[in-house]
This record gives sequence, C-alpha cells and structure tokens, in this order.
Amino acid sequence: MVGRNEITKITRAQFFPAVVQKKTENWRLVQICAVSVDHGYEMSYSFCKGYDMETYRLELEEEDEVASITQIYPCAFLQENEAKQLFGVNITNIKPDYKDKVYRIDETTPFKKKE
Amino acid sequence: MAKRSIVPFGPQHPVLPEPVHLDLILEDETVVGAVPSIGYIHRGLEKLVDKRDFKQYSYIAERICGICSCGHGLGYCMAIEEVMGIEVPERADYLRVIWVEMSRIHSHLLWLGLLADAMGFESLFMESWRIREKILDMFDETAGGRIIHSVNQVGGVQKDMDSTMLNHLLETVRDMEKDLKPVVDTFLLDYSVQTRLKGTGILTADDAVALGAVGPMLRASGVEYDARVLGYGAYKNLTVGPITSSDGDCYGRCEVRLKELFQSFDLIREAVGKMPAGEISVPVKGNPSGEYFVRIEQPRGEAIYYIKGNGTKYLDRFRLRTPTTSNIPPLVETLKGCQLADVPVLILTIDPCVSCTER
Repeated sequence: MVGRNEITKITRAQFFPAVVQKKTENWRLVQICAVSVDHGYEMSYSFCKGYDMETYRLELEEEDEVASITQIYPCAFLQENEAKQLFGVNITNIKPDYKDKVYRIDETTPFKKKE
Repeated sequence: MAKRSIVPFGPQHPVLPEPVHLDLILEDETVVGAVPSIGYIHRGLEKLVDKRDFKQYSYIAERICGICSCGHGLGYCMAIEEVMGIEVPERADYLRVIWVEMSRIHSHLLWLGLLADAMGFESLFMESWRIREKILDMFDETAGGRIIHSVNQVGGVQKDMDSTMLNHLLETVRDMEKDLKPVVDTFLLDYSVQTRLKGTGILTADDAVALGAVGPMLRASGVEYDARVLGYGAYKNLTVGPITSSDGDCYGRCEVRLKELFQSFDLIREAVGKMPAGEISVPVKGNPSGEYFVRIEQPRGEAIYYIKGNGTKYLDRFRLRTPTTSNIPPLVETLKGCQLADVPVLILTIDPCVSCTER
C-alpha cells in the first residue's frame, strides 16, 4: 500500500478554516515542523487519515503572527511551544504556553537563521 | 469535600529511566489533571545538520536514541534516498527490516521488564531482561554493537550478514520464542498483573485519534494503524498488519506489545527466507535538493522524518517527530480520573523515550 503524501501551500487566511475542516473530517494531527528561511519561516502542519498524509505549508514573514491550533487540536501544544522557543515563530494563544521554557536552554531561538 | 493538592512527579523517579516532570493535580488520591514538562536533556541534534554533511548525519540520526537507533538511521536515510531518487538494493532493504525488527524485540522486552519492575514483580522483570540479552548479543554479532549499530547509510547498509549469522539469528529467534511463552502467560494471565493493569488508564478509540496517539497506545484502543503497512523497504514483500486490542487500557497496551514480539519473530524468519543475494549499497552521487516526509513504524509508534536539502552537502533542515511527542497528550488525558498509585504504571505504558523526544 502506498499512502498519499502531499504538501499543499496555503495562505494565512485559508489556514484556520482548513485546519478546522481537517478536524471535522477526523484527520489526526501528526506533526508540526518549522523551518527558518530568509526573512521568515515555513510552517508545515501534517495530518493523517488512515494511511494518507496531507501537509499544509504556511509561509510566514518574521514578524507575522499565527494563531495556535491548540483550540482545535489540543495535542499540538508541545510542537507549537517548541517551534516558538527554538525558531522564534510568533505563535499566539498556545494552551498551555510554556513561555519559551519547554527546553531548559540558555540561548534564545537557537534554530533561527542567523544574518 | 475533596482536598485539592498538586504533587510533583519526576523528573527523577524510580520508574523513569529518563527525566520528565508532571504536575499532578489531585482531589484526595484521584488525579484530575496533569501538566507535563520536558526539556531536561535537549541536545539540539537537529541543528547539527549545519555542521555535518548529509552522509555523516546518518551517524548522528542513529545516536538520537539507544533503543530505536536503527530505525532513526533508517528513517533519515529513506528521506534522503527519496529526495535524491536513489534505489536501494533489495538485499539492503531486507537487512534493514531484519535489524529494525530486532530493535522492536529489544525495545518491547526492555519495556516489559520495566513494567514488571514498576509493578514490583522482580522475577518477571529479570526474566524479560534475560531473554532480551539474546537479541543484544545478536546485534553485537551482526552489527558490531549492542546499542548503536551504525548499519544504515544513504544508499543501503554498511554491513552484510553471512549464512552463519543468519542461521544463528534464526536459532536465537526460535529459542527466544520458546523462552517467552511462560513470560507471556504471566503477563496476560497472572492475577496480580491483571489486577494492576486491567481497567487502568482507558483511552477510547475516538480520543486516541483526536489526541494523536501512535503505536501500541493507538492500536490498544482498537485503531488499525501500523506504518509498516505502507510497504516501505522490504515490508512490501512481507506479511505485516496492525495488531490491536479493544480494551484501550494498560493491559491492552501490554497485550499489543507482547503479540508484536511474535509478529517480529515471524517477520525476521520471512525476511531471512526471502532475502536475495546481491549488493548491499549503491554509490551516492550529488547532493540532496528538495524535501520529503517519511513515516516509519518505530517500536514506540509512528515516527516522522523530514528533510529539506538545498543542493549542497549540508541540509537546510532535518526534523524528527518522535512517537513519545505524540503520546504525551493522550497520556495526560488518560491520567485524569486515575489513582495516584496508578500513575507510575500508566506513564510507563506509553513507553516514554525522552531522549528521542527532546533530541
């Protein structure tokens, strides 16, 4: 069996409704990945249903805010806190918000691309 | 009226081989909430892609964890091979499956021992770990190391198994299967084990999906999902399917892992029987450019590997979402309503691996 494994680019406006739709269609949230790129970030949110996997790709400028999806998928809290602390992605309203203390490290946003 | 209090659990605790902390909110002896906290052993291994080229990094990937080391190397190499369009020789695919299934046996036996220890069943703990020694010795014989094997490389594997090794492996598997039968009977039929595990920490199938559970935690709730069914590597030529339980409790998670041990024995036998002769690796030319997500079934559940290459020998990003990352939220949910005395066993039934989780 070969499951689907697709990456779809979406805008910030499309993002929340798309995640809500995934939840209503019973998709599992399987991973959240941040990548530091020039002037911002790429956030990938992957969902699985059966053996199919779909990833939403959200491109963010450095100062852009993105709302947490923990209200839709409560299990997202660890991965969102990690993206916020290690990369500096401006994710708002994470529940619970660890206030950049998920990992006990001294450096601020160590995974963020340095100029 | 019940008295409300907060009890810290961990980061150092007899049932925890690695540090994780939970603030348990109690009403008398009943847990009504839990706030998990990790972060004691973050090593920043994902960031090392800046300093090690994509071929060297397979050694780092194998060192993310000492239990599922082989699987981490496999997941990383598969992602690179997919991006670079590398076709791995068939023999290498089979060898990878054999080592990964040996890892599953090693991991599940380790967990069974820890569970027995957490329940205070010392002889069962020692028996589980005595049997586990045999598979560690087989790792030593076939890969040259009991814990870190360094067998995977981009383009195939680094080591082959000759017929003497394969015959010894089959003998070991047969012996272990025989040794395990009374252990399995004790875990599944013993009154004290049943009393401790049955009805504790129930996770329904709907909650398991909603909270993102993976591996035995998901399958014990009756959800049929095992990433090996995707048919990566040699699994496409082998008989593999999800092993489930309908209980959704600690007993169900134990039952799934016990049955998976025998499935792994069968898979090793089938893989040895079907493995063709031939090359074990292909030369790798060029550098990865592009991105890919790979899913594999590690002993603790589905792990996801992501790589993004930029055409140079250094990757832009390597990301690993480990099974424990996914199993912490369902753990927090199952803790609600349990008794304080059940917390250690319940935490253990997700088989937490904090080294993997923090990377």
